[in-house]
Order: sequence, then structure tokens, then C-alpha cells
Amino acid sequence: MTNPAAIGQPLDRVDGPLKVTGRATYAAEHAFDQPPLIGWMVEATIPAGRIKRLDTGAAEASPGVAAVLTHHNAPAQTPFGEPDDKGRFTQSRAMLFDEHIRYHGFPVALVIADTLANARHAGALIEISYEPDEEAVTTAGEEADEVPGELDGGMEPDLFKGDFEHAYDDAEVTLDVTYTTPNQAAAAMEPHATIADFDGDQLVVYMSVQLIGPSVKALANTLKIDPDKVRVLSPYIGGGFGSKLGVHNEAILACLGALHLGRPVKVVQHRRHVFHNAPHRGNSVQRIQLGASRDGKLQAIGHESFMPMARGYEFAEPTGASARTTYRTDAIKSTHRVKSTDMPLADSCRAPGHAIGSLAFESAIDEMAYQCGQDPLAFRLGNMPDRDPGTGQPFASHDLAECLREGAEKFGWPSREPQPGSRSQGRQLIGYGVASTIRLNILVPSKTRIRLSADGTLTAWADMTDIGTGTYTILTQIAAETMGLSADRIKIELGDSRYPSSSGSGGSFGAASSGSALLNACENMRTRLLESAREQGLIGDEPADDARFENGQLILGDKTLSFTEVLNKSGAAYLETDGEVEPGDDHDNYSQHSYGAQFAEVHVDRDTGEVRVQRLLGVFSAGRILNPKTARSQLLGGMVWGLSYALLEELMLDERYGAFMNRDLAEYHLPVNRDMPTIDIHFREHPDPRSNPLGSKGIGELSICGAGAAVANAVYHATGVRVRDFPITLDKILRHLPE
Amino acid sequence: MKPFEYRRIHTVEEIGHDDPGQARFLAGGTNLIDLMKHEIEVPDRLLDISRLKLATLKDCENGGLRVDTLVTNTALASDPRVRKTWPLLSAALLSGATAQLRNRATTGGNLLQRTRCYYFYDTARPCNKRNPGEGCSAREGQNRIHAILGASDQCIATHPSDMAVALVALEATLTLRAADGRERELPVEELHRLPGDHPEQDTVLEPGELIVAVTLPAPQPGRQIYRKVRDRSSYAFALISVGVILQVVEGRVESVRIAFGGVAHKPWRARKAEAALLNKAPTEANFRLAAEAELVDARGYGHNDFKIPLARRTLIATLRDAAHSEEEVPT
Ligand SMILES: Cc1cc2nc3c(=O)[nH]c(=O)nc-3n(C[C@H](O)[C@H](O)[C@H](O)COP(=O)(O)OP(=O)(O)OC[C@H]3O[C@@H](n4cnc5c(N)ncnc54)[C@H](O)[C@@H]3O)c2cc1C
Ligand code: SF4
Repeated sequence: MTNPAAIGQPLDRVDGPLKVTGRATYAAEHAFDQPPLIGWMVEATIPAGRIKRLDTGAAEASPGVAAVLTHHNAPAQTPFGEPDDKGRFTQSRAMLFDEHIRYHGFPVALVIADTLANARHAGALIEISYEPDEEAVTTAGEEADEVPGELDGGMEPDLFKGDFEHAYDDAEVTLDVTYTTPNQAAAAMEPHATIADFDGDQLVVYMSVQLIGPSVKALANTLKIDPDKVRVLSPYIGGGFGSKLGVHNEAILACLGALHLGRPVKVVQHRRHVFHNAPHRGNSVQRIQLGASRDGKLQAIGHESFMPMARGYEFAEPTGASARTTYRTDAIKSTHRVKSTDMPLADSCRAPGHAIGSLAFESAIDEMAYQCGQDPLAFRLGNMPDRDPGTGQPFASHDLAECLREGAEKFGWPSREPQPGSRSQGRQLIGYGVASTIRLNILVPSKTRIRLSADGTLTAWADMTDIGTGTYTILTQIAAETMGLSADRIKIELGDSRYPSSSGSGGSFGAASSGSALLNACENMRTRLLESAREQGLIGDEPADDARFENGQLILGDKTLSFTEVLNKSGAAYLETDGEVEPGDDHDNYSQHSYGAQFAEVHVDRDTGEVRVQRLLGVFSAGRILNPKTARSQLLGGMVWGLSYALLEELMLDERYGAFMNRDLAEYHLPVNRDMPTIDIHFREHPDPRSNPLGSKGIGELSICGAGAAVANAVYHATGVRVRDFPITLDKILRHLPE
Repeated sequence: MKPFEYRRIHTVEEIGHDDPGQARFLAGGTNLIDLMKHEIEVPDRLLDISRLKLATLKDCENGGLRVDTLVTNTALASDPRVRKTWPLLSAALLSGATAQLRNRATTGGNLLQRTRCYYFYDTARPCNKRNPGEGCSAREGQNRIHAILGASDQCIATHPSDMAVALVALEATLTLRAADGRERELPVEELHRLPGDHPEQDTVLEPGELIVAVTLPAPQPGRQIYRKVRDRSSYAFALISVGVILQVVEGRVESVRIAFGGVAHKPWRARKAEAALLNKAPTEANFRLAAEAELVDARGYGHNDFKIPLARRTLIATLRDAAHSEEEVPT
């Protein structure tokens, strides 16, 4: 009988009961004998400049206030951004350092009081006057001309292949269009939250963070303390989407408060804080030039990306990733330019690069298909690459064409009317759209330690995080299958910097990296068990490869020994092994991606321009599926985000103040249940041995790439209106719809 | 939140004991508490009216319905009489907010909810509605959700209530009680003001005046439709909404009432459009003339320019639906 907890089984989330009964402890919920004091962040109201005068007298005298922390009295810190040769996840994130304002919303004070209400009210009593910098830069567009050092994920900012200018000029059919995407918020359900406490002279920081190891370094660096004197815990995260990769403002502030007062301090960002005090995704301008032969063969692909970069915070999004990796072509020109702005920090957000890159690029590809007079599906299939178009590397595996074919059939693509705007039902215009999906598959170094105890239970430790994706569950399955244990015998301990250093969560690399390390640890444990059994003379010298591990037993030849027996006999209370994974040559020599194809049907109201997505269908090829249930949830979420990027999300920037004005979830529009169509998800399961020892591939960010473009392309097919300025709100369609 | 005194009252008579100018009534609290947390509303005293015996629906002799102020939005929307006779009201309520909010929100509170203008909510920005004389940040700022009719140089905010639009189209009346016990009746249409030079005053209520009830008159015959156009399909305020009651007899418009939401500082009764339609044939061309008649004075401020064509198109579409439906609402 198959182990119901084995890899590939739809095991329910092992942390599910804890979460639905409120017993999973999130950052702000850790309980103490003496409740922590509460900090309230007071935000700057100018984009750049300096504090001229700061009067905290009334706030300090306000009921319940323990301290008001400002740059006058905050503990010593390393200047923001130092050391500048280190990456952004370990650099100093100093707060309340001096009188300079970095962006609108930048914290200028932390009021610490007995209750949130008292802290917040006292915050309103602080009087601040500013000397604004009249030159503050609060927008970025096509004028961006700084070349970033490197792109997130390590890609080069510029890529030239073949002779783009010639290929483009010579092409029989050309397209030159500019797409824009707005500033977007990660908008995780759980706001950024931290409690800073002490254990002796060690600073213990409970926070909601995706990468634990780097955050210890960042805190130690910022606060000028020894990394050994910092412990970070993040056992549960209520969504991060990139905005919790590193240490953010409330965490530094909570630590400063705790160090200042010598008492635990909790700071939870208010929903309105999060929009400026957690990183967001900057707006993009993407100029796309395509050249093709009349029969629809792509010959030139040009992609120029322009985005903001927060001054002093190096992050450049690889928006050109889709243009570089999806289709065969003779020539590529892909460039990335940024502009330093006095805006809140821009950083990774839900599939950096491909998410908004595919939104624009897959829309442009659709335009090109129509220009060549081809069916958008056929056009894509006619341009499948046999090597990575950007790097020239062979593919570790490539399954895009099959995803497109299978998806088209399942969706009923052939029933589509070729002519846009030609199908309707009552006042609803009906359209179908398709897009290719492709996402980088990454493996990062990761370590784990496991312990098999004499009672037959296994515990695994890693400073890995579960951001709500199911990491606890899939790790349980990897251990269950490899060791032949049931799920209830396995305990996965994550989210503590005292545990072995892991990949953390981000870039869809968590399952592959931390999972492969665990697989390795379990394999080492099997060897140890065999050795031990052999040393005790419990088994003969049959080859180790013949050994099976099932139901907590080691089976070899005619011997069946429980793990408990082996351990008891050897006198050991437990056995411990380590496991690790490092990306090897296969990641240097092969182009590694996950694939998919996405299809959308939309209805557009011809009176009001309202778009309602009726159904989404995706076929995905992401190697071996570790758990179809959690995998499906990941893809489902990504498709919803894709829909959201196409139609809804936009931070409304007021350039005068460098401020996003819709700083709440009533006005920052994420999709609600009623916006959600029927979503149909299929896997093409092909384990890829070059990907990692598990044969799995990244899945967390896969479906967001392409889902939005499929929706946008369906809107075009329904209406004949091509909106190049995302999100596609009704006003942008309305002006082109005849009355 | 600024510290305040809290008092729960059990009879309306207790209101007079306080200086009414300083106090605010607390009903469902879904708007007031939010605004107090942001210190946009800073009352010295909260009079919690939620325990007053004012939560019933009563039939009136003339076929109307009296709705006490504490009747929740959920209770009102789901009352069988409302669903049958005033479906416009039920539809408007159900299009607003979320089930959780509607369970808590009250009739009076819904009418008196304040604008969702982004700058009204951001105390760092000038706003004449919050601080008279400070200036209006929305005119030159983000104004996608702002007014196209009846705005002033001082303020271009809209009133966000869906329910109020239906009540205006249905010609409902309010029963008000002043702090000294005097009662008066006021058409809902006259409750909200245009901003003019005093955008800080949303309504004509006197300090301390309590909304006791809303009375729905027996409806005029005709088909009732509420159409709300918004950026997402639920949990969003109206960009444009239209409430229509249209009766067509023998190929001409016998009676019609129209109100817009999302266009002005108040729910907007479209009397010009009504006049243009009366006695006319219910044709696409006449619907258009009516919509244009109402919108001649409309103006946008940039981001909200699209609301003018959207209002026109939405009204035409709603009238079309109302005219072409077989089903007549029983009276
Ligand atoms: C996220 C969100 C989305 C929403 N979406 C919508 C929407 O789409 N459409 C919509 O119409 N509404 C929407 N609402 C608003 C909601 O309908 C109102 O918040 C609610 O109706 C207010 O009712 P309440 O009883 O909670 O009022 P409260 O907050 O208690 O009071 C509001 C105001 O009315 C005053 N008041 C209350 N009762 C009386 C009385 N009897 N006499 C005199 N004064 C009184 C109070 O003093 C206060 O000033 C939304 C609200 C939120 C938070
Ligand atoms: S529109 Fe009215 S509420 Fe908005 S900023 Fe201007 S004055 Fe204030």
C-alpha cells in the first residue's frame, strides 16, 4: 500500500488544523508573561528633505507613553545601505538615524506605549516641521537612463544577440508598442509585524520574514551587535509575496525600542503603513519591438524596460525575462534602465520580472499574431525555440508547446471566432485569450539536520520558512517517503535562526532547495541506519541498494527490523544526519524553467466596459509534483494574481507628494470572490532530473506569469480594443466602444 | 484616537442631557470608528444609540413602510416586503460593502457615512471638508472617484452610499428628532447638501439631531432597477450607480424616477432626465436625450472624466432594461 504521506500524494496541510483553529502563532501573536510595549510608527509626510523641528513633548506626556524614539535618542546604528558592496538583504536598514527623509511614509518617530490606542494617539501629538527637498523625484518613466549593476536573480541588464536593428528593419511585419504597468503592492494578508524581546543578552526577534539567515545579518549589521546575539524566529507567515524577503521598517524600529528601553516591544504595521513602509513593485514602461516574416516567424525581439529604483536601495527587476526566454528569434535586444527616485522602496513582488514582463510581452506577441493574420495560438506554436533564445543554452527540458496544445484542446480554443469583437451574448462581448507561461527554475544552497529518535519519530530542522505555501507539508512528505514513515511520526521545525541555514522562501526555490537538502539528510540517515544495523549484526551483507524503508522498518533480505529495534540495540537515543544541496553544473549549463499555457474567457459589458473573467484554464509543466493539492493552490493563487494585474491592481500615485493615495484594501483593489471565475488547472508531470534531486521545479510564481496576459488578450478578442496601460479598467475600454 | 467620553443611552430623551454640539451618535460604528481612529472625527463624547428601541419595520396605512434607524442594512435588504415592493432598495443595499459590514451597518448610519475621498482620509493633506479653508487636494490630484455634478471649487467629493440613491428615487422621507425633542419630517433628497462654500457640512441636520426613521411611501408603479458600475464586482464603491423606476403604458413613459450615485456630493435626483422622458416613447434615442439633458452641466477633473460618458451609458442601459422587461412590479 502506498504511504498516504508519500511524495505526490494530496496530503492535507499538516499545519492546517493549527491555522484554522488560530493556534499557529504569527509574529504579532507570540505571548509573554509580561506583555510587550506597543510601538506606533509616525510617518514623514514629504518625499524628500529633512526634519527641521521635532517636538515630542506632548507625546511624551500623553497617557501610557514609555518613550518616543526619534533620531535624537535612537540607539547607534550603521548608516543606511552600508556596507555598500553587500546585497540589500544584509545591508543596514537604519531607521531614525538622522534628520533625512528617504521617502513619503519614512518613519520619523516611534511612540512606545502600554496600548496601541495610547501609542497611536500620542503619535498624532508629535509636531514636526520639514525642509522639503524641492528637487524630490517622485516619478519614473521612459526617461530612466541609469544602468543597474545587475538585475534581480543575477541577469545582465543588457542582452544583445544577433543584429537586432537589421533584423527588425528588414522584417516584413513589425510592431513597435509601449506598455505600462503601475506601482503595485504585495498586499499580503498579514501586515509586517515584529516583536523584539531579550533572552539574557540575546536579542530575540519574532518577525514575519521570508529569509531568516540574511535577516540576522541585517539586524546585527544595522544595530551594530554581534550576529550571535541575534535570534530570529518566523515559524508562520501570513503571505509575503516578496515584500517580506528582508528585514523591514517595523522590525528595526521594534529592536531600537527594545534596546532603548530594555523591554520587549511590539510593532505591527497598520494597513495604511504597509503601503509605504513595506516594499512595493515599481511601475514599468516597456517598449516592445517585434519583427517577423509574413508567415509569422519571429526575427527580431526588442524589449526596453524603464523602472524606478529607490535611491540608495539597489534593486532592478528583470522585466525583460519573458522577452529573452520564450520564443525563437534571430536577434534580441533587451535592456533595463532605472531611475533613482525618492519613492518608497521598490523590491521583489510576486514573480519579479516575468509577472509584469509577461503581461506586456505576451500581449505584444498577441498583437503580432493578429498583424501576421495568424491565430494567436498557432503563432506561438510556430515560434517555439530549440535552445534558450537569450543564453543559447540547451533546455534542461522544454514543454511549452505541449502545454499550449493540451490547454487549447481542454479549453475549446478551436471554437473561437478568429475576428475580434465578433461574438456576443445580449450586451456582453465575449473573448478568448491565450498566453505562454514561463518562469525561471532556481536552486539555492540549503542545509538541514534530522534526528531519528529511538521511539521511531523523526524531526527535521532548517531555518526555512513556510509563507503559507505548504512547506511544512511537502517536507513532511519527503521525509515520509524516504524514511518510510507515516506523517504523524514526523515533525518539521522551521523558522528559527538557530536551525541549519536554508534557502528560505522566495523565487519559487523553497521546495526544491529545502526539499532536496532534506532528501539528502534522509538518504544519509538510511545509510546510517544500515551501518548501525550491520554493526550490531542485525543484518547480513546484502547490498545496501536492496534495503527498503517502510512503516518505520528497515527491510533487507529476510530481515525486518523496526528503527526502534536498531536504535535500542545500538544503545543510541537517536541518530542525527545532515543534508545539503548545492546547485551544480546542470544549473550552469542548462536553461532551467517551468512552463505552462493559460487560457481565459472574458465577458465585456458593451455599455459600461466592465470586464468579468468567466473562466481561466492553465496547463502547467513543473517537473515532479510533490503534492497536487498544495501545488494546485499555488497555481490557483497565481492565476488570481494574474487576473488582478490585468484588471485591478494599481497604487494611485500622487506625484506632488510621492505618496500612494489608496492605502487601504477598500481602495487598493484586489480581486474578491465574485471576481473569481471557474479556474481549471492541469499538470503535465515530467520529473526533471537536471532540476534537482527531487525532480521538482519551482511552482509558486509560475502561473502568475501569463495569466494576466491571457485575460488582456481575451479583452482584446472580445472588444477589438487593445489597452496597453495596465490595469485594464473600464474607462480605458469604454472610450473605444461605440455607444 | 483622541480620548473621548462614552455613554450608552436607552431612551431618546437622554440625548438632551448632553451638549449636543460635542457629541456624536454611535450606531453600527463601521464608518465613525474608522474615522475616529484616524482622528478625522474627534468627538468629545460618543452617545451609543445602538440600544435604543429603534430597530423595527412597520407597515404604514397608506401602503408605505416605516424603517427605524437601527434596522441593519441586512435586515432591510432581506425583508420580504422590501424585496417585493421596493426591490430597488434591496438591490442597492446588497450592492454595497460586504455581508459582514451590512450586518452591522444601520439605516441612519448608512445615510450619514462620509466620503471616501482619498485626501479626506489622509490627514497630512489639505482638505476643506476636514479643515475648512485648507484647500482641496483632490481637484489636482487623484480624483477617479470624484464628482461630475454639483461640485464646487471647495470640494469635489462624492457621497458613497448606495442605499441613499434608492431612497431618493423612491422619495422616502426621514423622521428627525432635535435634541430638545422636536420632531420634523424631511425628504431624503433634501438631507444631503452640495458642497458650495461649506464642504464640511455634509447634510442639513442640526447638531444633535437624530434620524429616528425612514419612511418609504407606497411606490409608484413601474419596473425598479438598481445598476451599480464599479471597478470590481463586489466590495467596491460605485463609480456610477443608477436607480430607475420606469412605467411604460401603451408605448409611452407614464412615470419615471431616476437617481444617480457616485456623481455628486449627494445622491443625485435626475429631474431633467425625468422631464425629458415623460410622455415620450421608451426608445434608445429618447433615453439618450434624457441622459444628455441631465449631464449638460457635468464636468470632470481629469481622472474622473470618464464618468460623464459612463453615467450616460449606464443610464441608457438601465432605462433600456427597465423598459424591455415584461415583469411589472406589483404595488
Ligand atoms: C470597506 C468598506 C466598504 C464599503 N462599501 C460600501 C458600498 O459599496 N456602498 C455603501 O453604500 N456603503 C459602503 N460602505 C459604508 C457602509 O455602508 C457604512 O459604513 C455604514 O452604512 C455606516 O453605518 P453605521 O451604522 O455603521 O454608521 P456609524 O459608523 O455608526 O455612523 C456613521 C455616521 O452616522 C451618524 N449616525 C448614525 N446613526 C445616526 C442617527 N440615527 N442619527 C443621526 N446620526 C447618526 C454617526 O454619528 C456617524 O457620524 C463601506 C464601508 C466600508 C468600511
Ligand atoms: S474633494 Fe472634498 S473631501 Fe476631497 S480633498 Fe477636496 S475638499 Fe477634501
